[in-house]
Amino acid sequence: MTLPFIVFFACAFLAVVGALTLILAREPIHSALSLVLVMVSLAVLYLLLGAEFIAAVQIIVYAGAIMVLFVFVIMLLNAGVEERTDYSKLAKYAGLPFGFFLLLALTFWMWTSFIGKQIANGVGGTNASVSTRELSAQLFQKYLFPFEATSILILIAILGALVLAKKDE
Amino acid sequence: MDFITQHPVLVVSLAKIVGLMFLLMTTLAYLSWFERKVIAHIQSRWGPYYVGAHGLLQPLADGVKFLFKEDLTPPGADRFVYILAPVLALTLALTTLALIPFGPPSVQWLGESTLIVANSSIGLMFVFAITSIGVYGVALAGWSSNSKYPLLGGLRSSAQMISYEVSLTLAVVGVVLLSGTLNFNEMIESQRGYYLHFIPCWNVVPQIVGFLCYFLSAVAETNRAPFDLPEGETELVGGFHTEYSSFKFAMFFMAEYANMITVSCLATILFFGGWLSPFPESWTVMRYLPPAGLLALAVYLAYDTVVLARGIARIQLIVVTTGALVIGLACLHPVVLAILQGPFWFLLKVGLIMFFYVWTRATLPRLRYDQLMSFGWKFLLPVALANLVITALVKVWPQLVNHG
Repeated sequence: MTLPFIVFFACAFLAVVGALTLILAREPIHSALSLVLVMVSLAVLYLLLGAEFIAAVQIIVYAGAIMVLFVFVIMLLNAGVEERTDYSKLAKYAGLPFGFFLLLALTFWMWTSFIGKQIANGVGGTNASVSTRELSAQLFQKYLFPFEATSILILIAILGALVLAKKDE
Repeated sequence: MDFITQHPVLVVSLAKIVGLMFLLMTTLAYLSWFERKVIAHIQSRWGPYYVGAHGLLQPLADGVKFLFKEDLTPPGADRFVYILAPVLALTLALTTLALIPFGPPSVQWLGESTLIVANSSIGLMFVFAITSIGVYGVALAGWSSNSKYPLLGGLRSSAQMISYEVSLTLAVVGVVLLSGTLNFNEMIESQRGYYLHFIPCWNVVPQIVGFLCYFLSAVAETNRAPFDLPEGETELVGGFHTEYSSFKFAMFFMAEYANMITVSCLATILFFGGWLSPFPESWTVMRYLPPAGLLALAVYLAYDTVVLARGIARIQLIVVTTGALVIGLACLHPVVLAILQGPFWFLLKVGLIMFFYVWTRATLPRLRYDQLMSFGWKFLLPVALANLVITALVKVWPQLVNHG
């Protein structure tokens, strides 16, 4: 048992626990906090794989910006405890078996395929660290067009939000 | 001993963390003393004076008081989140300091650099990542208290922190462009050199606009005066921590000071050359400034002991004086002197910025909430953005000219 191995399993466990409480918690704030836990655990997993920049961005964007807004909105609306209904029939008879099947299939694929083994070996921490410089070179040279297209898309989304939020005068 | 030689990284890191925590906790306690003293003197008062000489034992008394006060939890509070909030605030505030280099990486022990806990290649990004989740402490404290003033205070401060984080980050990107790295030590190295052989090449000169934007948003980000609306007692009682008492309140208090330290450290690293000395290497006399300062302090304290102090205070002063004298004399040893250069300049710069912080608090009145928001979004953000664009243009201008 190496140290990265222990850290991996601790964070993977936290991520799974967070994902479960996200669904099972009845208080919206608790769900939001569980999601933050999942995001941060994932960031640590990225860190283990040598992707420092992605890990930091994961925390800044997801845990730090998006989830803060979620919490903010929940606080502002003072959303109460969610009500439980009878679970949908479709989820019960189709969703659960399908989810279970998916889990099995993924485990099988991990167990047997070549890529799966590579990923499993990478769990113990890789030495191949991607520097921010290499990443930005790829982003701003090879993938410049999709990058700029995404930024324009986000700009349009912001403008849309502004138009919707603006009061009629 | 085998274990130490086999796992130097683990052992050295643990030692560094323990050492940093010890120093940090003491500093946090004495910052409250520092702040009260400075504000008192600005307002022509004496400040804490009776507990120990010059009120030097006041932090200790405050600590004991915090521990023995009754720890109340308001009825209807969400217990788990109510306890989580101060823990989160303090932990995150302390974590960022692990990434701060207090001296050059050349100071080593067992082959590991001693004066920084984690020398990350993207140190700046990590500090921003951790400060960006720092909002939760405040927001959750406000929500979980189940009371209207904390809720309003929590909402206000989260809105304020989210808004000012944008200009804070943008103000710093200019420096990143200039130095071309996100690692703190490399950033500091890139500021080595002098204009006209004596004016240091610190980033504050080309990035003065960036620095002003950074400092203004940093004050707002740490919820300090004149941007301390979340705690505006005239309208919100105490803001997000109204319902907190005893040690949980102390944790918020310590988190605020720790955040101030982080922000001042960042300002020092990014704009004031970090652990670099402001004087050129050729001015060898200046290397003796740390022991000289300590010895001068010892002389002043000795004068105090003999002339001013009475009773118990005199004994305390004798202890402090001998301490300053011994450390000051130890610094005259060439090895100690070489090691202490970096930390001395770094801490001096951080201390000056902290003083400036306290100074603004004692001088300026609080802003109104709408003024604060419009200042952040309509003034600070555009200025930081313009600064970034101009810096980028200046940086790529030679390439553009050559290619054209």
